[in-house]
Order: sequence, then C-alpha cells, then structure tokens
Amino acid sequence: MAQNLDQIFVLLTGWMVSYLPEWLRPYGVAVLGVVGVLAVYVTLFALTTWFERKGLGRMQNRYGPNRCGPFGLFQPVADGIKALTKEDLVPRSADQVVHFLAPLVLLIVICMGLAILPVGRNMVLVDMDAGLLFFFALGASTELSVFMAGWSSRNKFSLLGAMRAIAQMISYEVPLLLSAISAVMIAGTLSLPKIVEAQAGFSGILPHWYVFTPWGFAGAVIFGIAAKAETNRCPFDLPEGESELVAGYFTEYSGFKFAIFFIAEYLGMFSISSVSVTLFFGGWGAPLSFLTFIPSWIWFFAKVLTIIFVFIWVRATLPRLRQDQLMNFAWKFLLPLSLINLGVTALWRFMGDGWQRWIVCAAIVIVSYIVLGLWGMRRQHVAPRKYSYAD
Amino acid sequence: MLGEGIIKGLLETARNFVGSYVSKERLTTVQYPEERWEAPEASRTFPFLVYDGDEWLAGLRCTSCQICEKECPPKCIYIEKSADKKPDAVGKMQFYPTRFDIDISVCMSCQICVEVCPFDSIKMDRIFELSTDDRFEGLILDRQKLAKSNSYYHQIHPTEAAEVDAALASERAAAAAKAKAAAEAVAAKAAAAKAAAENAAPAGGGA
Repeated sequence: MAQNLDQIFVLLTGWMVSYLPEWLRPYGVAVLGVVGVLAVYVTLFALTTWFERKGLGRMQNRYGPNRCGPFGLFQPVADGIKALTKEDLVPRSADQVVHFLAPLVLLIVICMGLAILPVGRNMVLVDMDAGLLFFFALGASTELSVFMAGWSSRNKFSLLGAMRAIAQMISYEVPLLLSAISAVMIAGTLSLPKIVEAQAGFSGILPHWYVFTPWGFAGAVIFGIAAKAETNRCPFDLPEGESELVAGYFTEYSGFKFAIFFIAEYLGMFSISSVSVTLFFGGWGAPLSFLTFIPSWIWFFAKVLTIIFVFIWVRATLPRLRQDQLMNFAWKFLLPLSLINLGVTALWRFMGDGWQRWIVCAAIVIVSYIVLGLWGMRRQHVAPRKYSYAD
Repeated sequence: MLGEGIIKGLLETARNFVGSYVSKERLTTVQYPEERWEAPEASRTFPFLVYDGDEWLAGLRCTSCQICEKECPPKCIYIEKSADKKPDAVGKMQFYPTRFDIDISVCMSCQICVEVCPFDSIKMDRIFELSTDDRFEGLILDRQKLAKSNSYYHQIHPTEAAEVDAALASERAAAAAKAKAAAEAVAAKAAAAKAAAENAAPAGGGA
C-alpha cells in the first residue's frame, strides 16, 4: 500500500499511457510528466505568494492578506486576474523584439531547469548523467534574459538594475558552484537521482544526509546564501531595489510580462531550493528511518517548502546590502570559504571512516569561518574623502 | 563573530511569527470595515456649519460675512448672501447664506476657515467615508449637507464645543443686558420726556 502510494504518479502515468499506441507511448510519458511538473510547480508558486505575504505579515505582527476567500487563500487568483487585465505597455524607444523576448527566455530557461529535478523515487523527467551541470548552465543563462530586459527597456533604472544583476549573479555563481561540487565529489556523480541515492540509508534512525557532515553543513549554508543571491531575493535584491531603482531591470514591464518575471523569479527559487534539497538534504529521502512509509514526493516538497520558509524568514529579517558589502561578502568571504570547504571535502573523502575525520574537518571549517569572518569582513577605516575643488 | 547579529535578528522575527499567533495584543491592525477605531478628539477632515435648535436653516449661525470664503487658501468655499435678515445665534438680525458650497475635492483641511470665523459657525468635521461615484457634483457639499446640529458638534469635539457654548452664552447675556439697558434708557428717556412735557404744560398753562 505504502509502496503503491509512493509510486502513485508513476503508476498513474503508466496506466494512462497504456491506452496509447506503442509508438506514441514515449511522447505520452513526456507530455504527462511535463504537464504534471509544471502544474505542481505553478500551483506551488501561487501558494507561495500567499504563504510569503502571510509569513512576512506575521513576522511584522500584521495579518497579511485575509480578504479574498478563507484566510486570503484566493489572493493569488485575484493577483493573476489583475495582472492579466492590466495594460501591457512597451516604451516607444525600447528595442521591441528583445523587450518582448526577455521574459519568455527567462521563463523557458527556468522551466527547463525543473526537468532534471528528482521530485520522488523514480520521479524525474530527464535522468541526465550531467544533470547538475545542465542545471547550472541554465542558471547561468538567466543572466542573459535579465540583461536583455534591462538593456532593451532603454531606461536608466532598468540598465542599472541589469548591471547590478549581472555583477551579483556572476559573483555568487562561483561559491554556488564550488559548494555544489563538494557534494558531487563525495557522491561521485553529476546525476541528481544518483546523488539522492548516495544519501539514502540510515545510521540508527539518523539519515546519511550530507548536511550532517562538517563540509556538508558549510556547503549547504554557502549554497543557500549564494542561492538567495542568484534568485535576487532579499537581502540580495539589489537588482530590483524598489527604494532605489523603482523595480530594477523590469521597471518598464507591465501587465502579464511583469507577471512572467514574477513567476520566473519564484520558479527559480523553487528549482534552486529543490537542487539544494537534492544535494545536501537527502532529496526525497525521509528524515528519520521510521518515517519511510510516507511517500517520497511528500518529503521532497515538504523539504522544498521548508527551505522556502527559510528564504521568507531571512527576507523578513535582513535589510538590503550595499553594493560594496555584496561584493566584499562574495569575494572575500564566501569564495575563500568555499575553496577551503572543497579541500575539507577532499580530506573527508581520503581520511576514511573513523571519528578522526569528524574532528579534523569540523575544526578546519570552524577555524576558517572565524578567521575569514574576522579578516575578510573586518571594518575598513577609510579616511574622509578630500575634495580639492569643492571646498 | 560574523553572523551573530543575523542569528539574533532571525530569532526576533521567529518570536514575532509565533507570538502573533499566540497573543492577540501583538496584532495592532484594526480591520477597518468590521472594526473601528475611535478617532482622537482633535482629528479633523472637512468643515461643516453649526446650527442651534432643531430647524437647520433657522438656527444656522452663519451670517454669510464671507471671511472664510476670502481666507480659504485653495478657494473651495462659495457663498451667496441673502437679501433679507434673520436673527443669528446671539439674537441680532443678520444676513444668512442662500448658498454655501464647499468643494471637498479642493479643500485641504487646513482649518483656516474655522480660525477666522467670528461667529463660531464653521467647524471641522470628523466624517471620512465620503467616496462617491460622481467626482464633480458628488464632492460639492451644499449648505443643507453642511449644516449639522450643535449636539453633533458636542459629540465630536466636546471640549471645544463647551468653550464655544460658554462664549456664546456670555455674548447672549451681554446682548440681553445691553438690550435691557437700552430699553431702560429708552424708557427713562420717554419718562423724562413725558415728565418734561407734563412739567411744561402746566407751566405753559400758567403763563
């Protein structure tokens, strides 16, 4: 029974496809899978906008939306109708074609990234050998559409936002990749389902998730911080920076094109949270050995939503960084720490099973964290600027 | 150490998140159409005209002196003076407005009309649910819409209204005393004239 429930979507797809002629079946499986994944993630997006506004409200001692339907649950519907009925304005001097293409390119790229996520046991659309590489390649090409949007709008706010976005995304892609590599080094594969399988199994009741090792914990934290920067979420929302740049690179977008940017931002958040769940939090595995009877896809989405909640929690807590703080943090703290973490991972791999590697690896990670925190993030005293002409 | 402040902040927001579900005092939001908040006494929105008694036109304190019309910075008041006169709040015969319009789409709630009114006739109201589907005619309040009773004024600004009532009562007393004195003077004069006439008649007769 539990087995059937775990595989319910796989069995359902098989049953539906069995009515098709033989040669159509692979296409049927693909279409059903794509529709299912898109439907689930878009529903999650709608729920998350509600969840985020409620959560932010509660963290600021407010109610949040509570007018549309029970507990304001229909708020996403109202927002969608509003976005669809708004006028779609395109600036006269904008580069029409690029301006039109930018949101589409962003959404397509982000949706392609959803294909490689193992959302449950035997539930992955495309099981690629180099799935992680594919995901990061797609993640890098979101920068292109952000810059397309900023450049084609012919607006200084858009251009400034796009410039900030490029600088930020490229800077934070380095620690993102380096921290992901540590999980790849231990699992020995770039395929996401295989990385999940490498984390299966339990010691007593505790799972073998990578986050419960010194290098895995450091990697998960670095990956989470870099993921927030990659998805332009607060406190790294400088590309949007509504108090400085109106709306950053999508200042000149209105109506449903704006909504597409919004959807793409949230879907990007989901896909990167899903990848971090896969890399460090055991993917669809149960957190305790006696909880394995709960279907794997429930565990996967529960973990993703937990990570989304942490995103919202951090957004409610931290103010936006300054550009120099952003760059200092990426290059002077996160990059050295993730490089050290790579070394620690290698050490962990070659020290063999034993308690010594726990102490050595934890000590290196903690000491480098403290030293880098003191040295890399130290406050630099700069003399007040002298103006030779203005005085 | 790096990150201490972030942890502290995260704990604070977590405390808020849980606390807002546990204790109702944290949620200070007044859910407006269902819940209402008693506005402070000094709050003000737009001007209104005070009347005494039950008849709004008869009791209108306004004497259409047009000072408010002249002083209004955005010029949102329009007054037409009457040809005849009626007794005002003190009892003196005065003109009254045949037309008194305030365009509340123009009014900036500065209260200057209230400051300059010598008859304590125009005061600030507290109503705020004034939305209308006609943005031209619907936002011009005529004298009947503006006229509100003195008891309403007492209800929204009790302290101020009591002061105004006391001032008006003393004015009325002064006017009454003056009228009485004038009447007495007239009576005395008449009596004196009568006496003089009486004195003169016999004298004339005697002459």
